[in-house]
Amino acid sequence: MSGLIVHPFSTRIMSTTVTVPPVPPTANVSDRLRKKASRHIKERFIEALLFCAALISVFTTAAIVYILVKESWIFFEAVPLSRFLFDTQWTPLFDDAHYGIMVLLSGTITSSAVALAVAIPLGTIIAIYLSEFAPFKVREIAKPFLELLGGVPTIVYGYFALVFLTPLLQKIYPELPGFNLLSAGLIMGVMIIPYVASLSEDAMRAVPMALREGSYAMGATRLQTALRVVMPAATSGIASAYILGISRAVGETMILAVAAGMQPNLTFNPTESGATITSYIVQVALGDLPHGSIGYQTIFAAGLSLLLLTLMFNLLGHYLRKRFREVY
Amino acid sequence: MTPQDLQAIRNIIARAKRWDAFFGVLGILALMVGVLTFMTLFVDMAIQGMGRIDVGFFTNFPSRHAGQAGILSAWVGTVLVMIVTGLAAVPLGVAAGVYLEEYAPKHWVTDLIEINITNLAGVPSIVYGLLALGLFVYQFGLGQSILSAGLTLALLILPVVIVATREAIRSIPQIIREGSYACGATNWQTVRDHILPYSSAGILTGVIIGMARAIGETAPIITIGALTFIAFLPPLPFAGEPPAGLFDWLFAPFTVMPIQMFNWTSRPEAAFQANAAAAGFILVLMTLAMNGAAIWLRYRLRKNITW
Amino acid sequence: MSNETTLNIEPDANAAIKAECRNFGFYYGDFQALKDINMPLYDKKVTALIGPSGCGKSTLLRSFNRMHDLYPGNRYQGEIVMQPDNTNLLAREVDPIEVRMRISMVFQKPNPFPKSIFENVAYSLRVRGLTNKSELADRVQHSLKGAALWDEVKHRLNDLGANLSGGQQQRLCIARALAADPEIILFDEPTSALDPIATASIEELITELKEKVTILIVTHNMQQAARISDFTAYMYIGELIEFGVTDQVFIKPKNKQTEDYITGRFG
Repeated sequence: MSGLIVHPFSTRIMSTTVTVPPVPPTANVSDRLRKKASRHIKERFIEALLFCAALISVFTTAAIVYILVKESWIFFEAVPLSRFLFDTQWTPLFDDAHYGIMVLLSGTITSSAVALAVAIPLGTIIAIYLSEFAPFKVREIAKPFLELLGGVPTIVYGYFALVFLTPLLQKIYPELPGFNLLSAGLIMGVMIIPYVASLSEDAMRAVPMALREGSYAMGATRLQTALRVVMPAATSGIASAYILGISRAVGETMILAVAAGMQPNLTFNPTESGATITSYIVQVALGDLPHGSIGYQTIFAAGLSLLLLTLMFNLLGHYLRKRFREVY
Repeated sequence: MTPQDLQAIRNIIARAKRWDAFFGVLGILALMVGVLTFMTLFVDMAIQGMGRIDVGFFTNFPSRHAGQAGILSAWVGTVLVMIVTGLAAVPLGVAAGVYLEEYAPKHWVTDLIEINITNLAGVPSIVYGLLALGLFVYQFGLGQSILSAGLTLALLILPVVIVATREAIRSIPQIIREGSYACGATNWQTVRDHILPYSSAGILTGVIIGMARAIGETAPIITIGALTFIAFLPPLPFAGEPPAGLFDWLFAPFTVMPIQMFNWTSRPEAAFQANAAAAGFILVLMTLAMNGAAIWLRYRLRKNITW
Repeated sequence: MSNETTLNIEPDANAAIKAECRNFGFYYGDFQALKDINMPLYDKKVTALIGPSGCGKSTLLRSFNRMHDLYPGNRYQGEIVMQPDNTNLLAREVDPIEVRMRISMVFQKPNPFPKSIFENVAYSLRVRGLTNKSELADRVQHSLKGAALWDEVKHRLNDLGANLSGGQQQRLCIARALAADPEIILFDEPTSALDPIATASIEELITELKEKVTILIVTHNMQQAARISDFTAYMYIGELIEFGVTDQVFIKPKNKQTEDYITGRFG
C-alpha cells in the first residue's frame, strides 16, 4: 500500500525539475532540540550566581584586610610604628599610655610554646601509632574520637583549665598563681593534638605502600620503617600539620581569656599570668571604651598583627602542602 | 650463614623489637592523654554542674542569684543565631563548592578563590570578630544584633561548608556526569538532578560539623560586643507585625550559650562556677551530639557507596 | 593429582638445595591462592617462575620472605624449608624479620626511599645496627659495584635516589638488597617497568649475581626466563604444573599445558 503513496516532494521535483524550494535545515528536526536562547541565558545566569557565591571568599579576605588596615590607621596616626613594635609596656588604658605589642606577643609566644610542647610530640606519636602500628579496629575508633576532641568548644577547655588543671598544678607547685599561661597552654596543647595527629596521619598514610614493603623486605621493624622511611617521605605533610598547629595556638582566644588572666606582662615564664594578643582583644571588647578612641582602636592594630602572624604560617603551610602533593 | 651470624642477627632483631614494643605502648599512652583529658573534663563538669540542671535552668533568665539563674536567653539566642548562620552559610557554601567543582574554568580567578578559601580556614576566629565589628556593626550599622552574629559565624564556617561540598562532589564518578550529559542535560540540570542529590549526605555532614563549630564559638561574638547579661527574649522570628515587624528578631540584642558560660566562669563566686559547669556540660553535649551525628552519617555513607 | 607427572624433576648433581617448598599452600582470607606446591630452589642458581597473570607466581615469591605477614587475613600452609640450617621459614616461632634479613627482595616497580643514593643502600645495613661510618661506606661502595651502578653514581652519592633513571633506580634497589649479604634474593618482575636497554643491563646483572647468591625471579616475559634462568617453574591457577631445567622446560616440556603456554597458544 505505502508504495503507492507518492511523496509530495517527489511529485513537485518531477513536475518542475528545476529548483527545489529552500527548506530550512531544521525543519525536520524536533523543536525541542533547537538551541534555545532562553535556556542559554538561564544557564549563564545560574553560573554567574554560583560564581558570585564563590567570590564571597575573596570579598571576605579583602574585607578583613580593609577593615583591619582602615581601623588600625586611626591608631597608627596617633602612635608611631616604632613605639608599637619596640615599646616594652602595654598600658593603653592608663593615662601614661604605652603601646608595645611585644608585651602581648610574649604572652602569645609563651602560651603557644607550652601548647606546642604538648601537641607536637603527642600528636606525632599518635599519628605514627595510628598510621603504622594500630590495628584497623583501633584506628576506626580512635580517629572519630580525636575528631570529637577537636570539636569541644574552647570556652569549655578554658573553664577546665581554670577550675580543674590550675588547682591540680598548684598542688605540685604551690606558688602558681590562679591565672597562669602554663595551665592554659597545656590545655591548649590537648586541644591542638587532634589537628596535628590527624593531618600528620593523613600525610603518612599517603606514603605509598611500595616504600613500606621495600623497607620491610630489608628486615626493618615497624618503628624503623616508620621513623626512617615513612616519616622522611611525609616530611612536608607533617611540617604543614605542625604549622597548622602553630597557627591554631597563636589564634586561640577563649582558653587564654579564661585561664591565663588578662594582665599584660612581658614575660616568657609560663608560670606567670599574662595577656595574649587574642585575650587582649576580648578584654577590650568586654569593656566600655567608645569606638574611635585610641584605646579602642588598639584591638584592630593587635588584630592586624595577629592576622599577619597567622597569614605567614598559613602561607608556609600551604606551600609545604603543595610540595607534598607534588611528591606523589 | 654461620650459626654465629644468625645469633648476632637475632640479637639485633630482639633489640629492634623491644623498641618496637616500647613505641606501641607509647602510642597507646599518647592516645590516652587525649582520652583521659576528655573523660576528666566531661565527668568533672557533669559532677560540678549536675546539681544545677533541672527544668528551671532551661526556663530562667540569668540572675544575680546563682541559684535562680538559668540559660533561657542563652539557648534561645543560640538557636536564633544558628538559624541565621545556617540560612547564610549553607546556600553560599554549597553554591561556591558547586561552582568550583562543576563550572570553574582553570584560570587565575579560580586559583585566587581556592587560595583564599584555604587561607580563610586558617584565620583565627577572633579576626572574624574584628571584621564583623568593623563591617557589620559600624559600616553597615547592623548593631550588636542576632543578624551580625549569625552572619559573622556564617563567614567563619563558610570554608568548612565549601570544602565538604567539594569533597562530596568530587567523590561522584565522572561517568554519572557523562551519563547525564549524554541524555542531553545542561550543566545546571546535571547539577540539580544528579550532583546535588548524590552529594547531599556528604554536604550535610560538613554542614553539621560547621554548625557544631559555630555553636561553640565565643571569641568573635564577644568581639562584636554581644551583651553578657540579657534578661529578656528577642521577639519570635516572623511573629511581629508584617511587613516591618517580621524581621525585628534579627536586630534584637541577644546572648548565646558560650557567652553565658564565659560570664559565669569569670565570676568569683563558687555558686556561679556550678552554673558555668552546667552550661558547659549542656554545650558539650550539643557539640558532641552534632559531631557524633556527622561521624555516623559519614560512616553510613562510606558503607553504602554504590559506585 | 596431575602432579605425579609434572614433578618429575631431573636431579642436578652439581647443585645443592638452598630452599624447598613442601606441600606449600596459601590463603588470602578464605580464598586459596596456592595449592600443594613442592619445589626446590637450587643454591647459586636462578629459578624463574612463569605463568599467566593471576597464577600465583608473585604470591609464591612473596611467601619466601613472608611479605604476606604485613597484611591481615593471610595464611600459609605447609612448609618452606631453608638450608643449611633446615629452618621452616613459615613456622610461627620464626621471626619474619629474621627471614627478611636472610632473604632480600627487589620489587616490580623501583621503590627507592626518599633518601640519598648512599642512604638507600646503607638502609639495610643500618637496620642491622651497623653505624660505623667507614664500614658503611665500604659496604655501600661494594654493593653499588655489585649492582653495576657504582661508576654512574660515585660522584653523586648524596643525590636523591628518585633522581636516577628507572633502570638506575632498579639497580639501586638491587644494591640495597645486596648490601646485607642475603642468602637468597627475590625478584618480582624486576624489568616490567623498564625499557629494553635497562632490562638488558638488569638481566646481565642477575646472571653475574648468581655466582654469590640464590635467585628466585618472577617474570611474565618467557624470553627473559629462557635467557637468564637455570630452572623454570610453570604455574597455573595456584598450582605448580611443571618444574625443571630451563632448557628442558622450554625445548621439551613434559606437560601439554606448559607447551601450550610456552608456544603462545594460550595465556
